[in-house]
Amino acid sequence: METLDQIFVLSKKGILDFLGTFLPEWVVTLACVAITIKAIAVLGPVTMMYLTLMERKVIGRMQNRIGPNRVGKWGLLQPLADGVKMLTKEDIVPHGADAVSHFLAPILIVIPSLLAFAVIPFGRGMTPVDLNVGVLFFIAVSSTTTIAIFMASWGSRNKFSVLGGMRSAAQMISYEVPMVLSVVPVILIAGSLSTNDIVLAQAGWGGLKWFVFTPWGFFAFIIFFLCGVAECNRSPFDLPEGESEIVAGFHTEYSGMKFALFYMAEFMNSFTVSGLAATLFLGGWQGPFLPSWLWFFLKTYALIFVMIWFRGTLPRIRVDQLMGLAWKFLMPLTLVNILAAGLWYFTEGAARWLITASILAGSFWLLTKLNRGYTPEKRVYLFAE
Amino acid sequence: MLPLTLLVKAGLYLIMAISLLAAVASVSLPNIFHAALALALALLGIAGIYLGLQAEFVAVVQVLIYVGAVITLVIFAIMLTNRMADRSTPAKNSLGAACLAVAAGLFSILVRFIRSTPWPETTSAPAPGTSEIGQALMGPYVFAFEVISVILIAVLIGAMVIAKKDNPGEDAP
Repeated sequence: METLDQIFVLSKKGILDFLGTFLPEWVVTLACVAITIKAIAVLGPVTMMYLTLMERKVIGRMQNRIGPNRVGKWGLLQPLADGVKMLTKEDIVPHGADAVSHFLAPILIVIPSLLAFAVIPFGRGMTPVDLNVGVLFFIAVSSTTTIAIFMASWGSRNKFSVLGGMRSAAQMISYEVPMVLSVVPVILIAGSLSTNDIVLAQAGWGGLKWFVFTPWGFFAFIIFFLCGVAECNRSPFDLPEGESEIVAGFHTEYSGMKFALFYMAEFMNSFTVSGLAATLFLGGWQGPFLPSWLWFFLKTYALIFVMIWFRGTLPRIRVDQLMGLAWKFLMPLTLVNILAAGLWYFTEGAARWLITASILAGSFWLLTKLNRGYTPEKRVYLFAE
Repeated sequence: MLPLTLLVKAGLYLIMAISLLAAVASVSLPNIFHAALALALALLGIAGIYLGLQAEFVAVVQVLIYVGAVITLVIFAIMLTNRMADRSTPAKNSLGAACLAVAAGLFSILVRFIRSTPWPETTSAPAPGTSEIGQALMGPYVFAFEVISVILIAVLIGAMVIAKKDNPGEDAP
């Protein structure tokens, strides 16, 4: 059990011990870094490949279809076939495109998504880089994605691309605010910005003392997850690439592998956001019986399944609804949530549950009341009589 | 460990060179969009230097505030301004000499202050600073912190007043 839990840590240690027998110390130090980087660089794209298959399968079942099943058993080789197809496709660059921006954007968009993997605790002692500002690092790195999207949209010289880029920037700036604020209660209670320490702060109750089982944690989790879905430009927040309105948004003018890189960034983002949500609120790798890394991947894939479920169920929301949700509903609720977490920190026993739950439920009720749209009794047509 | 130290030093100097080049590019490129991107690269390079100096918190905040927010805002403003991002728009005007004078003046002031400040050298690695920064903000510097938050509230309200429609009933749906 113990070896199964630490199997990756032990195998890395074994490789380094073997290298240490005939190589100087500084090469071993470099190898230690290289192994971690290699693991992430392989994990990211492979995760992305099989997420595409998972998404197509799950969406297919939700729409009463079977999904891909021709290439390999249960379509398991479909991602490889897609990869070959993407690589052999013609790479089209528009005549009026800005060469540098158009070329660099798909490469630059993958970098933040891969960097975000660096602070995700995949299991006990399996955080690639245990930064003491881990959560902040994740947020900072994922906020730079906007620049790559801007480069793609402006470099294409296409009005649909520019519209998509503008929508994406507006959405990302708006949803970053409640996302960051929803993490604050966790940092407040855990007393640390390091992802590893946050997981350790959720130890207890047989591995089930997760932050999501507290009133403030529940609200923060829902808000964080919604904002995460919006940051990944996934349905129902996929206005930047809404195909019924603006063709494909900022990646209209991309084909072949460059287009695939945008997809890769999107899927890796949804993986890291789900992973971070699991880390912050669902106890990360904490859990009974199973090895720690298995718990982490189970929780992450459950959240990704919910994302796919969203896509299969919800229609795309309107721009004003999108902005209204972020600024008029999620943002005030996160501010109340920080207050509730502060009260939770300073009270004890049943009183803390009562106080925080009543504050949050009251403000939730008030905010839904205040946000209720005005629906007139009778439709009034101004221009069509 | 000597080769590793050399490698880290070479990496730091490379980052410094890149950020200097990017800073020069951000004022000399003819296209304003490219200039904004070069500025983003320069700011990222500065974050890299902070990381090299083991100031992780400052580096992350640098990326979050400057690259994530300020540059996005700059690019947003460029793309919203009419024809500003077109390739045919020249990004030059006749204020070059004045700019040079102001920049030289600022540079000389900075040099004077940098030279007159005593720089203590310690061999021990600095402690992780996040909690110290938090305690300093809530302790000795709480007044400045509060003043800044009041200014931010004022800016928020001002932005709302500017963005508000002049006559809400004027334009029907």
